[in-house]
Amino acid sequence: MSTPLNPQNGEPDSVTIENAIELKDVEGLSQGQIVRSRFFRHKGAMVGLAVLIFVVLLAFTSVGFGPVPGWWPQGGGSGKVINPGGAPTMSLPTWLGGSGFAIGEHPFGQDENGHDMFYYVMKGTQTSLGVMFTIGGIACVLGVLIGSLSGFFRGRTDGMLMRFTDLVITVPTIVIGAVIGKMAGSLSAAIFGAALGLILWPSLARLVRGEFLSLREREFVDAARVAGASNTRIIFKHILPNAIGVIIVATTLLMSSAILLETALSYLGFGIQSPDISLGQLINQYQSSFATRPWLFWWPGLFIVVIALCINFIGDGLRDAFDPRQKRIPSQKKMDRAAAGSHETTIPMQAQGGHVGLGGGS
Amino acid sequence: MLTFITRRLLAGIATLFVAIFMMYLLVDLAIDPLADLQEYRGADKAAKIAAREDMLNLDTNVVVRFFQWLGHVFQGDFGVAWRSGQDVGTLVSHAIGSTLQLVTAATVLSLILGVSVGIVSALRQYATFDYLIIFLSFLLYSLPSFWVAVLLKQWGAIGFNDFLADPNLSIPVLIVVAALMGLLWVLAIGGSVTRRLQTFGLAFAATLGVMLYVQLTDWWADPQLGPVLIAITGVGFAFALTAVSAGLRNRRALYTALATVAIGVALYYPLQGFFDSVAPSHLMMFGLAIVAIGVGVLVGFLFRGPDWGVSARTGGITAFVIAAMIYIDRVMQVWPAYVNSNAIGGRPIATFGDRTPNLGGNYWVQVLDQYTHLLLPTLTLILVAFAGYTRYSRSSMLEVMSQDYIRTARAKGLSERTVIMRHGFRNSLIPLATIVPIDVITLIGGAVVTERIFNRPGMGALFLNSLQEAEIEPVMAYLLITAALAIIANIVADLIYAALDPRIRVNA
Repeated sequence: MSTPLNPQNGEPDSVTIENAIELKDVEGLSQGQIVRSRFFRHKGAMVGLAVLIFVVLLAFTSVGFGPVPGWWPQGGGSGKVINPGGAPTMSLPTWLGGSGFAIGEHPFGQDENGHDMFYYVMKGTQTSLGVMFTIGGIACVLGVLIGSLSGFFRGRTDGMLMRFTDLVITVPTIVIGAVIGKMAGSLSAAIFGAALGLILWPSLARLVRGEFLSLREREFVDAARVAGASNTRIIFKHILPNAIGVIIVATTLLMSSAILLETALSYLGFGIQSPDISLGQLINQYQSSFATRPWLFWWPGLFIVVIALCINFIGDGLRDAFDPRQKRIPSQKKMDRAAAGSHETTIPMQAQGGHVGLGGGS
Repeated sequence: MLTFITRRLLAGIATLFVAIFMMYLLVDLAIDPLADLQEYRGADKAAKIAAREDMLNLDTNVVVRFFQWLGHVFQGDFGVAWRSGQDVGTLVSHAIGSTLQLVTAATVLSLILGVSVGIVSALRQYATFDYLIIFLSFLLYSLPSFWVAVLLKQWGAIGFNDFLADPNLSIPVLIVVAALMGLLWVLAIGGSVTRRLQTFGLAFAATLGVMLYVQLTDWWADPQLGPVLIAITGVGFAFALTAVSAGLRNRRALYTALATVAIGVALYYPLQGFFDSVAPSHLMMFGLAIVAIGVGVLVGFLFRGPDWGVSARTGGITAFVIAAMIYIDRVMQVWPAYVNSNAIGGRPIATFGDRTPNLGGNYWVQVLDQYTHLLLPTLTLILVAFAGYTRYSRSSMLEVMSQDYIRTARAKGLSERTVIMRHGFRNSLIPLATIVPIDVITLIGGAVVTERIFNRPGMGALFLNSLQEAEIEPVMAYLLITAALAIIANIVADLIYAALDPRIRVNA
């Protein structure tokens, strides 16, 4: 595009306007700011984030955490059964068909011995969230480490590490999970999560390896090497920041499958076991009472679904934010406004388009 | 190519060996065959423990035991599950049969549904339908399968059985359902306002008509398709298939499909007599399906023309669908007898096991019995797998449709159908082809959770039960099979990818 810019560029008007809107959006912003603003504009992700934060706060403040006491008055012990059968004392407002809004003493109901279900579900949510983040953290560190070493050094290191990855990938996760769960059954949630994290990294490692393989051939890596940067510096300062999008998105999605795996294993009796409480273990414990006391079954499941759904939405928002190929289509109103103001603004915007090479003729 | 396969196979065998060795050590650590004896309070406790250690060879080092086990496996002997004394080979072959039944239907259905919905969703990117599908797939993806399964078992089975006992819906309910279906079709197809109104009217009338027919003929109590319905659906399917795969302007393909439908309907009554006069089996049905496809292909071939391959393909698919409808019709015919039999007692949708014990009856009753047992577990698996396939095919299709060759295809004046089906759809299947074999083959390892909840005696159940019973032989047989299949699946996926995408070179 050395010739003076042609405002038309052979593209249809709508495409030109779209590009102009997008370019104006990112004008003068750093990569991090662009990603952040795209993420904050993603409605699904923001709702997911808000709900997830609410669930985390609710779970950790209500029943207390470790030595810290919570604001919820009921403990884990058995008590008097309030409603017949232990039905939930929570009721909907009258305009929703309930008998007036009330939370009551046992909003999620009680089991036949008068245990408070809200306490159990919150404790279970704490455990499941903890296990999920442990798995995510460990799998992320291991996957990035192995993937980046493999992709950066290639050759024999790559061969050996990838064979090792194949080895771990060979056996279905739920199988290793069951074996580990049986071994670690009497151990705490932290160890169980760590053990699962130790086997869930291969998919991430493969992804990071692919990313490193293509990034290490780029000019900026050559430039850094010519400038005398060490391998460590190139990996951490030059390649890793460029691969961070893929890593974050993959880790998020890994966590959403991790919570499903943990609850499934606990449900099967191989994960968290009584007296420790996890959401899956609660469902396992109470599934036989589904016909008589459905609330014992509903609430733990609902919390699993909500957490997994939130994380999936956050992951989706992150993917859209990091991956510029997934372009948002501007609304019709924005297009109209841009088209109306095009007489004054088209020329400078087109000039920008030429610089970044988004014009059709480049 | 051959060197590539050989190299991958050798590497696979090495991986398999190491993986199995590690798994043997892990399982040996995880299980404790003496656990029940530790609780034992009798005087002869020490003697019993010694006897069991002797029986299971527990004194020997675990590495030595592994090689002994491997040696037996090489001779085709998987050992014996010591608690029940059953031969592991027999156990595994029974379990694989049950698992295959479950996963075949689930995989095929979720694949067809997921891919088509994903493609439509991608073509309607950022439309309401697209957002609806995205949300739905996210929701399904976040559902724990055990939770869904228990819900289906408690609500689906009981609710549907209650409904079958008194299968009547009120007219307003029918109208609301029909309106919802019409709305769904409008969202999926889109277009101008007139087009939308037409779509809505058509879908609404069709749905309402079908539901009224079902209601008024007491179809739930005595379900059947019959030659008339088969003919109507067959013709509809013939038109739809031709429109999608060949274009309605390809008259030869259309006539092939219609001729195939005519042959199928003409054979309806002769086939009923045939089914009654022979002792049917799965193998025979499979053979008949192949024959049907052959007939369809032959019809397409006989119509000749420069592109008879397209006609033959259309004929083959139509013939298979018609044959499947005749088969399903025959299975439906035993429904009243099945439901009212003593073993069933009017509650046909089962939640337990993979067949009704002591049911008796002929081949068709047995098949129907297996179907009623398959319904809920298959639904569970479909719900989860559907979400994955939808997301995958949607993103793959979006990727393809933004490629330059799609723009080229449009620019040279190809019809939208050709652009989407031939240039878009086919290429979007390439990445899908690499995950499907892995999915299918790893599923043979058993849908562990689903099998456990519905008490199906499949591979996953075999693994879980043996692990709890501390029997190492069945556990290891299971792990050996699943690991070997996983490795084969990966090699197959690579080969398919290389065959489909000319940019990939395996020899390099």
